[in-house]
This record gives sequence, structure tokens and C-alpha cells, in this order.
Amino acid sequence: MIESFNAVKQSLPYLLQGGWITIVIVTGAMIMGFFMGLCMAVGQVYGPSVLKRVIGVYIWFFQGIPTLVLLFLFYFGLFNYIGFNINALAAVTVVLGMTTAAYQANIFKGAILLLPRGQFKAASTMGMSDFQAITGVILPQILRLSIPAWSNEFSIVLKDSALAFVLGVPEIMARAKFIASRTYQYLPLYIIAGLIYFVLTWAGVMGLAKLAKTVRIPGYANKGI
Amino acid sequence: MLSPFYQELVSSLNRGLLMSLYLIIPSAVGGILLGIIVGCFRAFGNTFVRKMCDTYAAIFRGTPLVVQLFILYFGLPNIGICLSSYTAAVLGFVLCSGAYQSEYIRGALLSIKQNQYSAAQALGFSRFQSIVWIIIPQALRKALPGCSNEIIYLIKYSSLAYVVTCMELTGEGKAIATEYFRFTEVFAVIGLYYLLLVSLAILVLKKVEKATLIPGFGQF
Amino acid sequence: MGDPILSVENIKKSFNGVPILKGVDLCLNKGEIKILIGPSGAGKSTLLQCMNCLVPPDSGKFRLEERTVDITNKRELYVYRQQVGMIFQDFNLFDHLTALDNLTIALRKVKKMGKKEATARALAELSRVGLEEKTHLYPAQLSGGQKQRVAIARALTMDPKVLLLDEPTSALDPEVMGEVIDVIRNLAKRGMTMIMATHQINLIRTLADEILFMESGAVVEQGQPKVLLVPGTRSQGFCDKLDILTGKIK
Ligand SMILES: Nc1ncnc2c1ncn2[C@@H]1O[C@H](COP(=O)(O)OP(=O)(O)OP(=O)(O)O)[C@@H](O)[C@H]1O
Ligand SMILES: [Mg+2]
Repeated sequence: MIESFNAVKQSLPYLLQGGWITIVIVTGAMIMGFFMGLCMAVGQVYGPSVLKRVIGVYIWFFQGIPTLVLLFLFYFGLFNYIGFNINALAAVTVVLGMTTAAYQANIFKGAILLLPRGQFKAASTMGMSDFQAITGVILPQILRLSIPAWSNEFSIVLKDSALAFVLGVPEIMARAKFIASRTYQYLPLYIIAGLIYFVLTWAGVMGLAKLAKTVRIPGYANKGI
Repeated sequence: MLSPFYQELVSSLNRGLLMSLYLIIPSAVGGILLGIIVGCFRAFGNTFVRKMCDTYAAIFRGTPLVVQLFILYFGLPNIGICLSSYTAAVLGFVLCSGAYQSEYIRGALLSIKQNQYSAAQALGFSRFQSIVWIIIPQALRKALPGCSNEIIYLIKYSSLAYVVTCMELTGEGKAIATEYFRFTEVFAVIGLYYLLLVSLAILVLKKVEKATLIPGFGQF
Repeated sequence: MGDPILSVENIKKSFNGVPILKGVDLCLNKGEIKILIGPSGAGKSTLLQCMNCLVPPDSGKFRLEERTVDITNKRELYVYRQQVGMIFQDFNLFDHLTALDNLTIALRKVKKMGKKEATARALAELSRVGLEEKTHLYPAQLSGGQKQRVAIARALTMDPKVLLLDEPTSALDPEVMGEVIDVIRNLAKRGMTMIMATHQINLIRTLADEILFMESGAVVEQGQPKVLLVPGTRSQGFCDKLDILTGKIK
């Protein structure tokens, strides 16, 4: 009992430092997924049919293969194959980013389709250019509608980031595993690791809920998609 | 004719696929059943039961599945409980998937209008009968799309059994890849296996959704 | 008249401390039809729902065929409810079941009837309300009038001794009201004991054995139509207003 308490106490700062790496991975992946997802969503709704087909295949591919397999495929395989040498941390971030992009594309696409028709036209008749209409009128509405689903996606990516340890990235899980194998205090260490993830998830979801509240427009669907 | 490498790859991947199915099917069934039970408790239980079940769902939804599996397989031996890798994997999948399923079931249960319950009561149904024969069937139909989605996730997350040394599709493939040092081909083929599995499951689940469609019944 | 089937005494109900029913007494004799009228918010729906404890009253005594019913005893309450049918304003059909199954489910699960027997009984009731063609349609595929007829048939499969009807036609379009009214008239002809809240002026005039006028949680006037529907009574004043309203609709 005391032994495990000491092990946990001594390793806590080390585990928490891993939390920063987790945050870097998740932030990077979510930002990458956000921009890719947005582009794909616009492409899927407004683009030519060839583009729609290509994006459809991309989404099917990344939603149909487990993250673990994608990590192995890209890090040990494809990235080397095409002579694209990146470190494990970047590889994890990129793979998670590409995966969440597929899911975020669906989220944004759903939001676009939820918009009342005529918003685009209304903006055009006011003399806005297409680009102005999209960034000034369509985008703010889509983003608001997407917050709940996006927050859900965030918590999924955060949990998936725990798989980074298979590539040796020293985030929370890898550190817990490393210390556990030396001290044999598997149970308490993995519980602590779980706790850190729980707090991170909770903090992120709370933060996003708060964001949703501050940007809320009265009378506007605040349930989202 | 396939080269010896591909012959070996396909035969071990097929073996792995079988193991994956052994993992997925009981976990999916167990997850749904657990989800229904916990979902009912969360919707209709007394305060204590509800709090307990809410906590369970929050814990399993708020932590990575891989951590849960590590606790079950590597952690529990610390307190004298040793599970086989298969048992640990299935147990972890059922517990995690049950937590997510309970969320869909609970939401669907709470979305059933009070008047359905009143109508049952007025005919002399007991509370238990009303829930079993009227509320739950309606809720299940409403929860179906969410539950299907969760099963798809489960199929993909079954690959995590590999990290607790259960030799399924990913594990078998990884072994071959390391032996021959041919990662791209091997993982591309594994990816194909999963793609087929997931696409097939989507097809079947869509069929089920279609077959159980009730006219005018609001989607969840 | 003196063959009381259902009597309730001193029914009281408050919501959040506000008294909605202030001690209502009521006695239904066999084959009798009582009609509840009164302004919106008078407590008609609340009274009817208290009468089969969908809304549990704060106090009240229930007697069904000379037997006191202990509504705090669940088993007794379930049996009591089988004998007191209820028709709702918005039908409340089970959305996930076909018209036929809406009827059979209660027979099979509550009365524990076999499948064949239940189906035969249900088909008989459905054809009695003129819906033999619609047995396999879901509620969403039925019109309002058809839904309410299914709801009436469903209540009748339980062989209730009394039927409580809460504005059975007020959620219906004028064109389909007639088909439901016909079904209710038929029930009356067959001697069904009923208490009905309604604003249908012709139902009030032609069906009522007794009219109860409710206001703020109490029955303030009570009597046969020919006694009550004379100039100067509250009930007549109320009916005049209804006449004007229905006149305007036409
Ligand atoms: N569950 C409840 N909680 C609080 N107040 C209620 C509840 N149900 C009914 N009331 C109140 O009780 C009063 C009587 O309602 P009730 O529905 O019985 O009237 P009613 O006579 O049926 O009127 P209407 O003709 O509009 O149907 C109303 O003022 C209503 O606001
Ligand atoms: Mg009413």
C-alpha cells in the first residue's frame, strides 16, 4: 500500500509532463482536422462530382480502419516508403489529424446541410463576394452548430492519443507503462494515467461547452447536430 | 499463384480475423445488453442507482479504452486477479461499449413521450409492464442508429486487443510485418480486412434499421 | 335510478399547493352518460385523470360496483384501471405498434390472453368501429379520426365497466369529427356507462343523462339537460357561447 503510494507520488510529476505531449498531439491533430475537415465538407457539398467521390473515398478509408493500424501503416510503412522521414510525435499527430479530418468533414457537412437555404443567396444579393459570403455568413453559423459534435470528436481524439505509446512517443500512457514496468505498480499507475485522461477530457469538454454558451445566439438552434 | 510471403500473410490474417470475430461478437452483444440495463437504470432508477450508473458511464467514457485494458490485464494481477488476455479484452470491450450504449439508450428512453406511459397505465399495465412492452421497444428503435454506430466503433477498437497480447488481426499482422520487415504491404492488407469488415457491418446494420423501420417513427 | 357502478367521493388535488380539485363527488349509474362542461382550466381533465389515478388524487374514495377500491394497493389499482377505460384528447396510441397490435398488446400482456384469441377479439372490435381495412397500419399512417376510433376500440377490448372520455373530438378536424361521434353514439346505444368532457354541443344536448358544470375545481351546477339547459343557468350561458362559436365555424 505504502509502496504503491510512494511510487505514484514519485512518478506523478513525470506522468504530468507527459500530459503536455498529449496536449500537443491533440491540439495539433484537432487543428489539422479542422481545416482539412472544413475544406472537405465544402468540397462535398458544393464541389464537382469527381471531388465528391474522392473525398468520399478518403472518409471511407479513414473511418473504416482502426487508428492503431493507421499508425503502424503510416509510421512504419507509407511515410518511409515515400521517403518522408518524420519523428514519432509528428507521425502520431498527422495520423490522428487525418483521421479526425474525416469525422470533422462529416460534422461540418451536416451543419452546412442544416443551414436554411437562401442564406448564401441573401448574402450575394447584398453584394458580398462568394468568399465574403462563406467566411462572413455561412462559416460563423456552421461553426456554432458544430460545437457539440466537435467537442465529442475532441474527446475521442484525446482518448485515441493514448495509442501514441505504440510508436514510443513519451506521452502519459508511455510514461505510465515505463514506470510500471520498473516498479511493478501496474494497477495504481494505470489508474492515475486514467485519471489524468479523465481530467483532461472533462476540462476540454467543459471549456467547449462554455465556448458554446458564450457564442450562442438567442433563438438559434443551440442543440447543434 | 501468391508468393510464399503473401500465402503466409493471408493464412495468418485469416486466423487473426477469426480471433477478431471471437472478440467482436460477444463484446457487441454484451455491450448492448449492458447498455440496455444501465440505460434503464440511468433513466428510471432511484437516485442512488442512477448516480452509480452515471458514474460508471462517465468513467468508461472519459478514459481511453487502452488504459481500461491495461488496468484489466496488467493492473489487476497486482491485487491477485489474473485474467487471460482474451477475457481481459472482451471484458474491457463490454464495459466500455456498454457505457457508450447506455448513453444512447438513456437518451432514447427519456425522449419517449409521457403520454405513451399514461396510455399503458390507463389500460391496466403495471409500471414494469409499461416499461418493458411500451417504453423499451420504442426506445430501442430510436436508439438503433446510435447503437449501430457504436458497434462500428467496437469493430475498429477490437484492434486494441493486440496491446494486451491477444493475437487477433492486428497482432497476427504485426508479427508477420516484423518478421519480413514489410510494413507497408502488411498493414495495407490489414487495413483492407478492417475496411471490408466495417463496410459489411454497416451494410448489415443499415438492413436491420430498414427492416425495423416504423412509419412516422421519429429518428433519434 | 339506482344501480351505481362507479362512485368517487371527495376527490381533492393540488398542484404545487394550488388546489385544482376542491372535493368532487360523483356517482355513475349503470348505462348512464354524464357530460362534464366548463371553462378551460376548470379541472375537467384533472378530474377524469384522477378518476383512474393517472394523476393520483391527494384524497378521495373510490367504489366500483359497491366494492371500495384501495388505490394505494398497486395490484388493486391495476385491476381497477382495466375496468375503467380512458379515451384521451390526443389519442395516445402506441406509436410503435400497428392498429391491431395496439389492441392485442393489452389483451396479451395484461389479460394474459393467447395470441389467436386476442387477435380475434381485436379484429372484432376494430370492425365494430369500421376499421377492418386499417388493421395493419401504424398510427402515423392513420387520420386523426381513425386514430381516435382505434383508441376507443382499444379501450373496449378490456371490457371496461365505465369509460372516461376527455374531449375525444377536440383534436380532430371538423370533417372527421362525425365518424368519432357516431362511434360514441353507438356505444351509448349499447348501454355503455360513460363520463365525458366535451364541448360538442350536439353531444351535450342529445346524449347527456346529466350535465355537470365545473368551475375552478368544483361542480357548480348539476342536473338533467332539460332542467339545466334553460335560460338563466350557467350551463345554458356556456352552451350559448358554444353555439355562437360553432355557428361562426360554419
Ligand atoms: N401537472 C400539472 N401541474 C401543475 N398544474 C396543473 C397540472 N395539470 C393541470 N394543472 C392545472 O390545473 C388546472 C386545471 O387543468 P385541467 O387540464 O384539468 O383543465 P380543463 O378543465 O381540462 O381545461 P381544458 O378545457 O382547457 O382542457 C389548470 O389551471 C392547469 O394549469
Ligand atoms: Mg382538459
